[in-house]
Amino acid sequence: MRTYHQLTDPDRSGLAAQIGAQRRRVAERLAGVGRILAVMSGKGGVGKSYVTAHLGRAVARAGKAVGVVDADLNGPTIPALLQASGTTPPAVGLDGVKCISMGLLLADGAPLAFKGPSAESFVWRGAMEAAALREFLGDVEWGTLDVLLLDLPPGMQRYLELCDLLGAPPAVLTVTIPTPESRDAVRRAMRAAVDRGSELLGIVENMVGGELQGSAAADLSREFGTPVLARIPWHPTPDTWNQLATRL
Amino acid sequence: MKFLCVECDQQMAFTERALPGDGTLAATFKCPKCGRVVAMLANPMETQLVSSLGVEIGGRTVPAEAFETVGANVVTGGPAWSADAQERLGRVPSFVRGMVKKIYADYAKERGIREITPAIMDTARAELGLEGM
Repeated sequence: MRTYHQLTDPDRSGLAAQIGAQRRRVAERLAGVGRILAVMSGKGGVGKSYVTAHLGRAVARAGKAVGVVDADLNGPTIPALLQASGTTPPAVGLDGVKCISMGLLLADGAPLAFKGPSAESFVWRGAMEAAALREFLGDVEWGTLDVLLLDLPPGMQRYLELCDLLGAPPAVLTVTIPTPESRDAVRRAMRAAVDRGSELLGIVENMVGGELQGSAAADLSREFGTPVLARIPWHPTPDTWNQLATRL
Repeated sequence: MKFLCVECDQQMAFTERALPGDGTLAATFKCPKCGRVVAMLANPMETQLVSSLGVEIGGRTVPAEAFETVGANVVTGGPAWSADAQERLGRVPSFVRGMVKKIYADYAKERGIREITPAIMDTARAELGLEGM
């Protein structure tokens, strides 16, 4: 019996070529983007979307063209944080920040669900979400952007999909809260990012100065040799975000 | 996936793709030497997996539309749509259809409307300034 690779007749389906065309579509669409930054954590509830939205606005106030991809498909919050609206993607929000999000497509309160067989949907659901992310990147007419921020959900799955879709690992801005539990979870994500070859731009420590005690940002900064770019208090001012924007 | 005609030791050639129903995807292959035809039947879960990759078995005959996978597969929720309203929404360009649909759905939900009809769309369009949508 011959092997798969020994059968070399042309493949009429051209599946590899179709996948290649999808990747080229993403690359062509993002050709006008100066920098792509992934905002990630590995830990849920640390304020990634909050940081992403306010950072995007601060960069925009500095005169840059900014876009945000809400890669948290199951818990989209970017449109609300940016007060974004419009009928044509990308929607435009506060300070002119553009965005695309599943929250712009789902009815209020509706969970992300896909048509298809419900039994063992775990087999295909991940691929469907990756396809949605690919379309967010490749089908939105972003135009020329100085910065495209990618707001990632907790965990590493979306980051790994992005590495594949972008063809290269994106630079990473890490968000943590001060606690040791957050530090330990974020450490895993940062290690994975380093292993994939992402540049670590720095760490933002959020929710500083209240009940949450610890030194997560300082610990991770020492461990990974990357700076703490900002410590965000519970009630930040616009200047807090403006200073962070200048440090990127 | 490739198919080998064992008797002829020959790679079989793709001939046809079909969706016969119940979520089955059928792809037929023919041995170019002996003419034997076989059909590969994918179960609904496998069919959905192929669909989620955004590829066409047998090759693409038309270029991919913007938001093709999202538009075809995401259940957006919200109020019901009458057949006429669905038909009208279908005429909205695919790359804006999702956002326009949400705007109508949110409009209806805020007003306690259970089914979106063309008349509701007309009213919403006038109130929200959605000319051409």
